[in-house]
Amino acid sequence: MSKYKLLSNKYVKVLIKYPTLTFLIVFSLSVAIFNTQFLTLGNIFNVLRQTSVNAIIAAGMTFVIITGGIDLSVGSILAFSGAILAKIVINEGNIFFGIAALVIIGILLGLLNGIIICKGRVQPFIATLGTMILLRGATLVFSEGRPISFGSVEHAKILDLVGSGYFLRIPIPVYIMIIIFAIGYFLLKHMRVGRYIYAVGCNEKAAHIAGINTEKVKIFAYTVCGLLSAVAGLIVTTRLSSAQPTTGAGYELDAIAAVVIGGTSLSGGRGSIIGTLVGALIISVLNNALNIMDVSSYYQMVVKGAVIIMAVILDRSK
Amino acid sequence: MDNILLKMKGINKNFSSVKVLDNVDFNVYKSEVMALLGENGAGKSTLMKILSGIYSKDDGEIIYDNETIDLKSPFQAYKKGIYIIMQELNLISEFTVAEAIFLGIEPLKVLRTIDWNSVNKRAAELLNSLKLSFSEQEFVRNLSVGNQKMVELARAIVFNANIIIMDEPTDALTNVEKDILFNVIRDLKGSGKSVVYITHRLDEVFEICDRVTVLRDGKTVYEEKTSKVTKGILINRMVGISKLKENYWENIERGDEVLKINKIENIYIRDITFSLFEKEILGIFGLVGSGRTALAKTIYGYYKCNSGEIFLRKRCVKLKDCLQAKELGIIYISEDRKNEGLIVELAVKENITLSSLRKYCKFCGVIDRKKEDRTVKSYISKLNIKVNSIDDKVVYLSGGNQQKVSIAKGLDCDPLILILDEPTRGVDVGARREMYNIINDLKRKGITIIFISSDIDEILSICDRVMVMYKGTMTGMLDREKMNKNNLMSLAFNVKI
Repeated sequence: MSKYKLLSNKYVKVLIKYPTLTFLIVFSLSVAIFNTQFLTLGNIFNVLRQTSVNAIIAAGMTFVIITGGIDLSVGSILAFSGAILAKIVINEGNIFFGIAALVIIGILLGLLNGIIICKGRVQPFIATLGTMILLRGATLVFSEGRPISFGSVEHAKILDLVGSGYFLRIPIPVYIMIIIFAIGYFLLKHMRVGRYIYAVGCNEKAAHIAGINTEKVKIFAYTVCGLLSAVAGLIVTTRLSSAQPTTGAGYELDAIAAVVIGGTSLSGGRGSIIGTLVGALIISVLNNALNIMDVSSYYQMVVKGAVIIMAVILDRSK
Repeated sequence: MDNILLKMKGINKNFSSVKVLDNVDFNVYKSEVMALLGENGAGKSTLMKILSGIYSKDDGEIIYDNETIDLKSPFQAYKKGIYIIMQELNLISEFTVAEAIFLGIEPLKVLRTIDWNSVNKRAAELLNSLKLSFSEQEFVRNLSVGNQKMVELARAIVFNANIIIMDEPTDALTNVEKDILFNVIRDLKGSGKSVVYITHRLDEVFEICDRVTVLRDGKTVYEEKTSKVTKGILINRMVGISKLKENYWENIERGDEVLKINKIENIYIRDITFSLFEKEILGIFGLVGSGRTALAKTIYGYYKCNSGEIFLRKRCVKLKDCLQAKELGIIYISEDRKNEGLIVELAVKENITLSSLRKYCKFCGVIDRKKEDRTVKSYISKLNIKVNSIDDKVVYLSGGNQQKVSIAKGLDCDPLILILDEPTRGVDVGARREMYNIINDLKRKGITIIFISSDIDEILSICDRVMVMYKGTMTGMLDREKMNKNNLMSLAFNVKI
């Protein structure tokens, strides 16, 4: 009898419906039992800050993957826009100009991906593989292969707050992440373009015949992804007060992992941005917990890979 | 008779309680070409799929070479010497002709590696004997449709087929290619092979076939030597008695001209001219492949016109895409609900407002969900759509309810012209009646309806006028007085009435 009561409980129902969320909670609690360091406020904020960059990229990736596409160029956009920001801060000394340039670069590069894919009729994987390599090269050319450091620029100190500052003891990147996910959720759930993104991902032909401009919808998704990659670039660059030309390599895979763990289907049309947030949290909680427990980083990779596969199997068997 | 090679006796086949074949008899004679005729849905394809092992029969007997056979898979049929050449091409386009011909029956060497020398040599000999001019090393993708059919024929010969079934083989062929094909068929006949020839072109029946079998509503109604029949007799046999007793036609005086199509043309349709009026239902009838859907999609802007004009309320419009047609008030509801008409993985609500979502947006594209829910609920009660909740996924609804969702989606765009492509396909009888009433309702409200259907009965029952198409052209426009089964069928087979 008590078993049935438990199953009909509202919270329990949510946990059954979202196995990845359940996994996150159960895993966190079990780590907390063995290790007192884990559930301290300091560590929680630390994990959230570590999550923020991947989560923000993964938010953009969610848009793209729901349309049925993929974006491999996120790490390169991150590095390129960061390098531009650093260069402007050093040369012009104007941080607002720098941030504006970073945002615009992110939007333009996302737009470029979308246009190559839709107008050039190139498969998303190939198109963004191309821009990924191209932009990495461009960043290396632009920075001459060296970090562009603005740590010594006096009035850039305030810029460092974006990456390493705190407000009410919570890291600034965490606020940025929360705002982005709130906007992303609203966009996908309550706005026309969000509805169209799902429609295009489910069945592009039917969406086209329903009179939707499917190309515009897809270009929008890649633009959002480009913009959010640049925002992630802002956090990474300002945290180090320096733009590393090789930063962000491999970030696309972490972002895709977060999206997939979060229950979004790689074939498009199905998924949610909140799932992505849970996915990104699982990845960083895993890393953090294994770190605290002194597990070697080699094992961490083994565990991460296994979790990705398990998460997808769990999601399919639902 | 002695020269019967294959006899199908009392074949029955049901698809989920719908009787598709009802006690069908069918014979194939040695060294003869047998034509298989019938209107859409008469059961030709099903019968041939049973003969080629793709479907299994529910009941009945197949006697081949004085021996009862039971075909469980296409491969078994191949081994018995029965080979089907489908209407759509079934070759792998990245293979060479030789590879494609021998796919699955490659001659092997000692170590079970493929004997390519033998493959190429035999393929070359085969092409030579069929008097074909392309090389066995040519890639399939570089061949014309006609030559690809020839490759399939060569494949049938390699399989040592005694009975070759061809479904609409001349569908995409030029006249020259057709003549080559017919010569090959005559040669095959000469060498003792039999052919079953499914077609919608009556001329070809008289040109190449020795006998003809007519199916109607899943029954065999006629078998005769072609030398003893005329086109008129054949059409007469294909036309059945009406299944739909009710007459849904409502006599309303039609309004002003809404749409005028003047000589539009593209790769699918040729030289189409007609006018549409307010408060009328125009039927479009034709056999599969007659270009009905292509015409509808051209009016909807999905396919571009190469020439000709479209006038909407006397204003010439150049349609760029579906989006523009939708905004001008032309709405197309696809026959293919799963792939084109609906997004089945999305909810009922999301589907109904998909085309008209702009109406529900307040500022910057934020959806007014309350307004959306209200409208969706009003359609659900107006069209009597059976759902538990407006958030149900469309994929779980019955065919009739899916169709109603599709129509609600179209109606919510406030159309001037609503094009319904096979709106009653896969819909049960009760839902059909509802559909006809809905359509009449729309007609009374002044919406122009284009009603595309393969079902003569429903066209006769509801339409004000009917246009008949044949191979991308318009063969006739009939008014209510001239609308009868014989006329429609004759025009659909391009026979003068």
